[in-house]
Amino acid sequence: MLIKIEGLLKRDWVKNMSNLISHAFKKAKSENRPALLTYTVAGDNSKKQSLEILKSISKKVDILEIGVPHNTPVADGSQIQTSSYRAIKNGIKVNDIFKIVKDFKKFDKNKPIILMGYYNMIFQYGENKFLKKCKISGVNGLIVVDLPWPENKKFASKCKKKSIFFIQLLSPTTTKNRLKKIIKDSHEMIYFISMLSTTGGKLKVTSKEILSNYDKIKKINSKKNVVVGFGITEKTIKSLKKADGLVVGSAICREITNSLKKRQNPVTNVYNVVNRLKNKIK
Amino acid sequence: MKLKKGIPVIDQGDKLGFWGGKFGGNFVPETLKKPIEDLEILFNKLKKDKKFINERDKYFKNWIGSPTRFIKLENLTEHVGGAQIWSKVVSDANGGAHKIYNATVHCLLAKRAGKKIICGDTGAGYAGKMLSMAAKKFDLKCKIFMGAKDIKRQQPNVKAMKKNGAEVIPVYSGSQTLVDAVSECMRYWVANCDKVAMCVGSTVGPAIFVRICGWSTSQISRELKVQLVDEFGSIPKKLKLYNCVGGGSSSFGFWNEFMDYDKKQCEFIGVEAGGPAKSKKHAAPLTYGSKIGILHGAAQYVNQNTDGQIEETESISAGLDYPGISPLHCFLKDTKRARYTAASDEEALNAYKLVTKFEKLKPSLEPSHAFSVAIKESKKLSKDTIVIVNSCGDAYKDRGIIEKRLGKKYV
Repeated sequence: MLIKIEGLLKRDWVKNMSNLISHAFKKAKSENRPALLTYTVAGDNSKKQSLEILKSISKKVDILEIGVPHNTPVADGSQIQTSSYRAIKNGIKVNDIFKIVKDFKKFDKNKPIILMGYYNMIFQYGENKFLKKCKISGVNGLIVVDLPWPENKKFASKCKKKSIFFIQLLSPTTTKNRLKKIIKDSHEMIYFISMLSTTGGKLKVTSKEILSNYDKIKKINSKKNVVVGFGITEKTIKSLKKADGLVVGSAICREITNSLKKRQNPVTNVYNVVNRLKNKIK
Repeated sequence: MKLKKGIPVIDQGDKLGFWGGKFGGNFVPETLKKPIEDLEILFNKLKKDKKFINERDKYFKNWIGSPTRFIKLENLTEHVGGAQIWSKVVSDANGGAHKIYNATVHCLLAKRAGKKIICGDTGAGYAGKMLSMAAKKFDLKCKIFMGAKDIKRQQPNVKAMKKNGAEVIPVYSGSQTLVDAVSECMRYWVANCDKVAMCVGSTVGPAIFVRICGWSTSQISRELKVQLVDEFGSIPKKLKLYNCVGGGSSSFGFWNEFMDYDKKQCEFIGVEAGGPAKSKKHAAPLTYGSKIGILHGAAQYVNQNTDGQIEETESISAGLDYPGISPLHCFLKDTKRARYTAASDEEALNAYKLVTKFEKLKPSLEPSHAFSVAIKESKKLSKDTIVIVNSCGDAYKDRGIIEKRLGKKYV
């Protein structure tokens, strides 16, 4: 009997660990607000500093996305490119990124972390080895910008086996038929790209249009947590409050760039931006 | 991995767009899936449509000016003293290079798709110049992305683009060369794919762009086949086709119609840019054994570090200055249908000196790489061997570099 209970507890514990992302959405929902997701580039502007930024914003943020910088990023606008080039120039390697995640998890083991990047970085590391490292260091989800469906089927199922969410991307150009198939194959979180743009583009569609597309996705499966990203800033975040989650990336990268220009501390400045973002969706 | 006979190489990819199961594919952001699929459907339909083929051929003949010349380089042959050296003078084509074929086809497709704007990348400036010409001809607005470093070193082509009404957008990111221009052009397409057509300037990028470009430049070998029969009565028994390889569009087009011949009869030699003799940097991923990676939407051999960051290249020739290589060439290399080697900046310059000394031909720095290897190998070949070099570009655009490196008398 005791062994059985222990077994159940253990299983429950494992389940909770693997569902940190789902848990974060649940918590936000219970507070009647969207989950706040931030994107910062690992190693921007240094390994140490990027860890400090994560630690400082952690309290305000529900899910941390960490960018794996790549030097030919075909979907990123100038802000994230600048951050990525800066991080690479400062010598960041894939192993350093796992170290940052691991160190962060020592500080806050329950905060979910998603790595976001381009497939070549995973391909060169080796898919299996990469996932193993993710697991060891505490990565909870992956977004691979240039590995669309159905090309990502095999890798996504490998992720699932390791209890790492593979987060499918949807865009305004995704056809209805395709939407259904991708949603069916998706794990518990989906990323909706708000508009035709690279990251950090100015919001060129109304929030009404974005939310109408968002509703189409939710209608197909209301259980999936759908986050909206691209073009989200302090100005626009409030109008999209209805979504399950909102991602802010370029606005934060820009803040780091500006802080460095003004010789100010990026850690404090980024914290202030994130704090303001959070207040707008409370 | 096997090359099939009787099926065009561009159509030998699998359902997901991989040649040989591992080269090519579609590593693109979700946003581009739909426009790529639309383009695939349109192209697959039109390439079987006789009316469309006739239209293409009409423009190839009357506007581009086909066929381009096939000439014997008598003096050079005599000087070298081995195989017969011939040239397919593709630089005769309207605009001065092979890039016009791909540009024309992309504009025809854009028209059919109802697009009003076309964007493209360029390295040496030829792809951009030709796209600006074709866009003007077909009444499309044109945006060209070009690395800031290339804008400086290929001014004649920049001027030509602007004269044709194209907007030239300098790219300041990364190494400020072709690789960054392609990235920026793809980003622009991501943000504007509902209104804008994209032309990738070589046989690189997502699979559909590799196929369209290869289909377009194959005009070169179609012409050559006829010209060979006219000249020799049949396809010669010992034929060697030399071509420079950057992205790989001219070489693929130069070889395509000869694909099914035994390589003992018809050998393909691709010459990559080895870079400056004293530099470790190069643009020769096939020659120097680069690993497979993903660049601009396709799996290919590419210069990169162990982490997967794309490495900077170095070459005197902007048109070859690209860290990756067409998936088609990766496929031809691994199936051993083609052989690849490299020539350094200095070797290309020496070949340019030699060719211009003996012949009335001014190959640009790109084909000068091919001439370098062709001349070197011809010395050891029998007199009944027919060596043909694709002179796929004209040196007009390089006169600044040539004057600086070789002196005024060579311009």
